[in-house]
Amino acid sequence: MAGLIEQERYACAIGALQTVVAIPRATPILHSGPGCGTMVQGFFERSTGYAGGSTSPCTNFSETEVVFGGVNRLRQIIENTYKVLDTDLQVVVTGCTADIVGDDVASVTDEFLAEGKPIVHVETAGFKSNNYVSHSNVVNAIIDQYVDRFIDENPVRSERNLVNLFASIPYQDPFWKGNLTEYKRLLEGIGLKVNVLFGPYSDGVKEWQTIPRANFNILVSPWYGEPIAKHLEKKYGQPYYHFRYVPIGANETTRFLKEVLDYAIENGAEIDKEKALKFIDREEHAYYEEIDNLATFLLEFRYGLPNHVHILHDAGYVVGLSRFLLHETGIVPKEQFIVDNTPKEYIDRITADLKGTSDKRDILVYFNPDAGAAQDIIRKVSHSGRGLIIGSGWDKELAKEKDYDFLSASLPTPYRLVLTTNYVGYTGGLRVIEDIYDTVLYTYR
Amino acid sequence: MSTVNLKTPEVSVREIRLGSITGFQGNASELVDLVGCGNLKDKKRSFSQCLGCSTSNAACTTILIQDAVTISHGPVGCSTCLHEYAFTYRVNAPLRGVDRPSQRRVYSTNLTEKDTIYGGALKLENTIREAYKRSKPSVIFVLTTCAAGIIGDDVESVTNSLEEELGIPIVAIFCEGFRSKMWTSGFDAGYHGIARKLIKPAEKKRNIINVINFWGSDVFNKWFNRFGYEANYLTPYSTYETIRHSSEAVCTVQACATLGSYLATALDQEFGVPELKNSPPYGIAQTERWFRELCQLIGKEDEIEEFLKEEREKYMPKIEELRKKLAGKTAYVTAGASHGHSLLALLQELGMKAVGAAIFHHDPQYDSASSDADTLKHTIEDYGDIPNYNVCNKQEFELVNVLNRLRPDILFARHGGMTLWGAKFGIPSLLIGDEHFGMGYEGLVKYGEQILETIENNEFVKNLEKHAVNPYTKWWLEQEPYTFLKGGRN
Repeated sequence: MAGLIEQERYACAIGALQTVVAIPRATPILHSGPGCGTMVQGFFERSTGYAGGSTSPCTNFSETEVVFGGVNRLRQIIENTYKVLDTDLQVVVTGCTADIVGDDVASVTDEFLAEGKPIVHVETAGFKSNNYVSHSNVVNAIIDQYVDRFIDENPVRSERNLVNLFASIPYQDPFWKGNLTEYKRLLEGIGLKVNVLFGPYSDGVKEWQTIPRANFNILVSPWYGEPIAKHLEKKYGQPYYHFRYVPIGANETTRFLKEVLDYAIENGAEIDKEKALKFIDREEHAYYEEIDNLATFLLEFRYGLPNHVHILHDAGYVVGLSRFLLHETGIVPKEQFIVDNTPKEYIDRITADLKGTSDKRDILVYFNPDAGAAQDIIRKVSHSGRGLIIGSGWDKELAKEKDYDFLSASLPTPYRLVLTTNYVGYTGGLRVIEDIYDTVLYTYR
Repeated sequence: MSTVNLKTPEVSVREIRLGSITGFQGNASELVDLVGCGNLKDKKRSFSQCLGCSTSNAACTTILIQDAVTISHGPVGCSTCLHEYAFTYRVNAPLRGVDRPSQRRVYSTNLTEKDTIYGGALKLENTIREAYKRSKPSVIFVLTTCAAGIIGDDVESVTNSLEEELGIPIVAIFCEGFRSKMWTSGFDAGYHGIARKLIKPAEKKRNIINVINFWGSDVFNKWFNRFGYEANYLTPYSTYETIRHSSEAVCTVQACATLGSYLATALDQEFGVPELKNSPPYGIAQTERWFRELCQLIGKEDEIEEFLKEEREKYMPKIEELRKKLAGKTAYVTAGASHGHSLLALLQELGMKAVGAAIFHHDPQYDSASSDADTLKHTIEDYGDIPNYNVCNKQEFELVNVLNRLRPDILFARHGGMTLWGAKFGIPSLLIGDEHFGMGYEGLVKYGEQILETIENNEFVKNLEKHAVNPYTKWWLEQEPYTFLKGGRN
């Protein structure tokens, strides 16, 4: 049941306009009330990209549009968008107002489509879903309404070593840019060619056009994004490899890469397996050189280090970080909080993945987007030793109340600036370690 | 007829209540003249970018009250940016003497598709009860949203009935985004709720002066203490109790009439607290007018000249020095209405030349209906006309076009997101977050020093200019900036 939410950790469906902003030279066009854009901007912060934020065109619904409908206003705004902004892709996203009054948005975008404009529309009314869900709708709409137009030049599964990657949700995952870059580097390291589709290392719409060419897709996600992989499976017959949490540190990254490697070979990719394994070895070697150095500190630092952690994050991070922290730093995951509004059908699977972290301990996990309630649980529990909270800016005050260490790693957070940092992969694991223990050491003065 | 009526749950939006507009281009004096002869008409844009809406501005009047809880009655997205107020509250608390800022409690009723069909009233009831249980606030505010407004939930009835059940004030604030093109209508909505449900008639008067402001530094107490008074800040960092008793103040002043107009007039007309109607103290002429009216209101006329003399003696030498250094430098201003006019006064007082402005809206009058409150008129009378005066509700495309043409020595901005384009054109850009920073004589000195520093330290913007990404078409940058602004009288 969708009850109240205190301290929101995600946006509503129209928040997925950031998925558009993450595509180089694409712009969202908001057919929505005047405040939707500001709400999205204020949630994600420093997220303007090429033409998001205050640059994005918007119909700014007023009483007139609520009463008489807003399609004429939309037509006018789109027409002038082409004059004012130089963009490669326009995605019309709708707010609650447009959906409740029932504007026929497709009829308007069809007019521009007929002129050959690279325009797409997608329903993103805030009351329909949230941005975790709506991200898939946006991507699928672009595939159906834009990518598909180039299918003749991009025969289905025509490039054996090409894969499309669906992992971090742009902006909702604060480390999305760094993560996608690192996934790309790692997957190229084992011999694949990767469409990351978002961020500076994507080739924008040109890259999107090649989506059908990919031999298979890689989905790294506990649940969100799965509709994209399923859609492509149905549409272009592309199978997908699924890794269900964020691979952080050596254990999980190696598992991820080796599984992808086998999957790629099974699917006919032309890969030198030996060379790929050497690449993995080398990465692991570099990683363990650091862990070796670090172990003394972890074992001997006599002034106090955190021994347990509560994480408030989406399912991918809660599972990924729990696995990493327990096995690769020794910090024990206690009560965990998945605040991404996980659909019911995925809860058992995610619970099992978290349970798989350790065969000798049970990790208690709560699924509830009402993070205020999660905080109240943390207020009441107590474990011996020094505690750590990994969460959003909302949790900084809670950590202070409990006298715990605090690492800001989820949205929204005005307390941390993330540019291209990655938490994924070997280097990502090392970065998590740096972030945690830097925070801890900073308390000694 | 008064624009304040505390008997109705809703206050009408600025377009209707004050005749405010969001589209104009010309000289500032033309705008003032149009207002003077009652001929001001709004213009429409055939292209527009994201604005901003009433709900977050209404939230600004409620979330920062120390012992209040705020509920957004809408889909989850209608309150996603409100976490920023939690940050503000915590970070600025020391400026306002709040030693242990408590966690802000912000809820969403999380309306979903089913609720848009069957209504969300029950959900709102449950949320109010749960919010009360969790944090035992002194007051709960409920902000409405587009979705809640269109589906027609009876928020007033729900809040009234829960008020009886829980025994604390529960205030419905009607601030649906689509109702107004002026997000500042949200301030009025918030203050209307506060005035109609929280402020009680005074039984006695005390030596306090209400200050309607945001979260700026405490400059007022220094001034008021000298005359034997204390500031009662409204509403950030206030409490239910201090709001309740704001009727005991001897008068009300405001940092910016765009913000405080409605509350100041409500306190004046409904609770007998006189409003200091003059525009806030930015620039010498206006500072002196403001302090004179203040002293008149508190019965200290005999002390004012001495005070002003001291201030002049202390700060004029520095101001003169700054004027020499800043003489002839050109500036462009983009800001909300009244504060924008104040910035235009301030920079001209320092000897700079205002080459234009993009001001988010224009209120032809405030709720007091007093011409003393017309900051733009004062600014023009004190310092002369302003060319390229554009009323433009944060339309970046117009700002970009104008800045590209005018290339001023400095850009002043008051709202986030606007300095970027100054910097992209290599124009030193300054945003002062503290709305009290430039007030009085001392404020002129502080602002002047900041301006000098900004103009001097231009290496960053000059470098950024070389690498700036520009999504605007060449065609657009070559058009007249107001190509898409149509209709109306001029």
